[in-house]
Amino acid sequence: MASQKRIAKELADCTTHAPAGMSIALATDSDVHKWHVTLDGPAESIYSGGKFGLVVTLPPEYPFKAPVVTFATRIYHPNVTNDNVGSICLGLLKAENWKPASKLLSVLQAVRLLLVEPQPDDPLESRIADEYRRDRAEFDKNARAYVQRYAKGPVKFDGTNVGADAGAAGGSGKRSTG
Amino acid sequence: MDSDDDFMSAVSSEDDILPDDSDNDDLSGAEDFDFDDEPDPDLGMSKDIGRKRVAYDISFKVYQPADIQKQQDDLINEVNMILDISKEEAAILLRHFRWNKERLIEDYMDAPPQVLEAAGLAQEPTSLPRLEVKPGFVCDICCEEGPGLASFAIKCGHRYCVDCYRHYLSQKIKEEGEAARIQCPSDGCDLIVDARSLDLLVNPELKERYHELLNRTYVEDKDTLKWCPAPDCQNAIECGVKKKDLDKVVPTVSCLCAHRFCFGCILSDHQPAPCELVKKWLKKCADDSETANWISANTKECPKCNSTIEKNGGCNHMTCRKCKHEFCWMCMGLWSEHGTSWYSCNRFEEKSGTEARDAQAKSRVSLERYLHYYNRYANHEQSARLDKDIYTKTEKKMVQLQKESGMSWIEVQYLNSASQALQTCRQTLMWTYAFAFYLARNNLTEIFEDNQKDLEMAVEGLSEMFEKPVTELADPKLKVEIMDKTSYCNKRRIILLDDTAQNLADGRWTFNVELTGSAPTSGGPSNRR
Ligand SMILES: [Zn+2]
Ligand SMILES: [Zn+2]
Ligand SMILES: [Zn+2]
Ligand SMILES: [Zn+2]
Ligand SMILES: [Zn+2]
Ligand SMILES: [Zn+2]
Repeated sequence: MASQKRIAKELADCTTHAPAGMSIALATDSDVHKWHVTLDGPAESIYSGGKFGLVVTLPPEYPFKAPVVTFATRIYHPNVTNDNVGSICLGLLKAENWKPASKLLSVLQAVRLLLVEPQPDDPLESRIADEYRRDRAEFDKNARAYVQRYAKGPVKFDGTNVGADAGAAGGSGKRSTG
Repeated sequence: MDSDDDFMSAVSSEDDILPDDSDNDDLSGAEDFDFDDEPDPDLGMSKDIGRKRVAYDISFKVYQPADIQKQQDDLINEVNMILDISKEEAAILLRHFRWNKERLIEDYMDAPPQVLEAAGLAQEPTSLPRLEVKPGFVCDICCEEGPGLASFAIKCGHRYCVDCYRHYLSQKIKEEGEAARIQCPSDGCDLIVDARSLDLLVNPELKERYHELLNRTYVEDKDTLKWCPAPDCQNAIECGVKKKDLDKVVPTVSCLCAHRFCFGCILSDHQPAPCELVKKWLKKCADDSETANWISANTKECPKCNSTIEKNGGCNHMTCRKCKHEFCWMCMGLWSEHGTSWYSCNRFEEKSGTEARDAQAKSRVSLERYLHYYNRYANHEQSARLDKDIYTKTEKKMVQLQKESGMSWIEVQYLNSASQALQTCRQTLMWTYAFAFYLARNNLTEIFEDNQKDLEMAVEGLSEMFEKPVTELADPKLKVEIMDKTSYCNKRRIILLDDTAQNLADGRWTFNVELTGSAPTSGGPSNRR
């Protein structure tokens, strides 16, 4: 399969030049299409001190189709769904923006940057985006509470540190497409 | 409302011109649409000498695929000559400027480099696109390398192997329906892959699809052009009615395929109601679909003996099979009272204010009022559907009738005309109820309701004749009656629409809701992101 060579190269690139605070591994040795990424909350962000799990899934058509990136760890963020799916809204990953020559390394960098600079104008959680814009103190408090509750201790990718209840601290906001 | 218009043959009901014997004496002559060179955006209020079109008549043109292609080619050739650039570049620039030739030429004369860059065209002199084998080349997409690996790049020089390039283009065209704005596969490079490069790379099937999609952008980029929404129809309609005109006119256009639709919102013909009211009405109906569901049921109980009665034709004159009670399907009232001067089945009688003092009573009255109009709206919609079924059966009847009466195929065509009149009139009637729901009570509304009543009575009369068994249809007297009734129905419809459109154009209607004046358009396929 043509994409194997490309994925192998990218995996090597990502592991050797991983963005600050990230470590990358395959979910299982036999499948290069699913990656597990551990990300330390950037020091310059409100998520500092937390450890977040990211799951990167490469579709069979990769690199012609964009990869899918989700948070395995619950996070309080305008651009990540406040549920146990953890979908991310990232411009780069939208079908109309993705190019076959786009690289996973830049995707991972973009995810890290999203924690430093949330994009409330293109939200997945409009209520959290609203709060982020209007009441930063309240947002910071909720985001930190989530870090304490979900992002401490070893990262798990089996869905055990995303929280069972969807309406945890801060409540689940009304979702909008982003 | 689904677009059940496929039954319409080439003989469309678009002869919406008042006949000479009408009471509006200055309306005369059968005049077809205005096929001038430019669509003139007059809203049908033209005062042409010697002929006056009905007030709802608007100018439009129908273009077939070859016409659309030619228009584009002409523009491309013109820009190609004036600006001395290649046809490929001219095409990309025109698409970038949404086919506004004047603005393109003006901007280009001002600052060619900026225009070229904004449109995704690099500035190097054009050289024919070709595949190349470069030593030491590694494809950045698949990471393949090796001697003899053919590669391709557009002007930006971002080079990929032919397989990857082809795969990319085929995905964009086939799966994403993209054509005019396919960019270089490189991350962050927005240079557009031009038609000539594309033709070099893809197979004939994709090439054809690509040019089809390019043609679509031409229509989608122009505000005066819209695709006919009928399935499988490839025609486009040009009409000068603008979005801001939609509170003054209901721009119904009719395609060569016989589909009649609103140029403003692409829905099936919804005269006399303006687009914005239609949108409001459909939303209300969707929101209240529960209440509405029981109404559109095909069965009701006889108001006298309570036995179940099924409606299986479009006619609203019901006769209970058991007790022979005759009643109206819509209001469940005595049929004998319909068709007389007492007829007020179409009118909602507002109860006097004393009754509706408290909020609860008010909301009950408003529900009753809604149900009154919805009931009739849904009924005509349903009847139009049933009439259509009847027509398919009637087609068989027509064959049978020929055998029995010795009439020729031409001679039995009156049934076809009658069926079409029923469909068209019911579609109009249906929307008159949505329209009336939003009308404030005043003199004008009374006149409207009188017109509505006249049309409705005529339609019910025709509907009843239409359902007669073949043996009776063979009677020459009934044939004449049906023909007369058919033209009377058409005439009543024209009178109603003419009057409504005139008042709409003059801004004389008072609505009980706020109209913003710019109804957002629904539908209209667009690949723009
Ligand atoms: Zn390649
Ligand atoms: Zn490029
Ligand atoms: Zn058509
Ligand atoms: Zn409309
Ligand atoms: Zn009965
Ligand atoms: Zn009635």
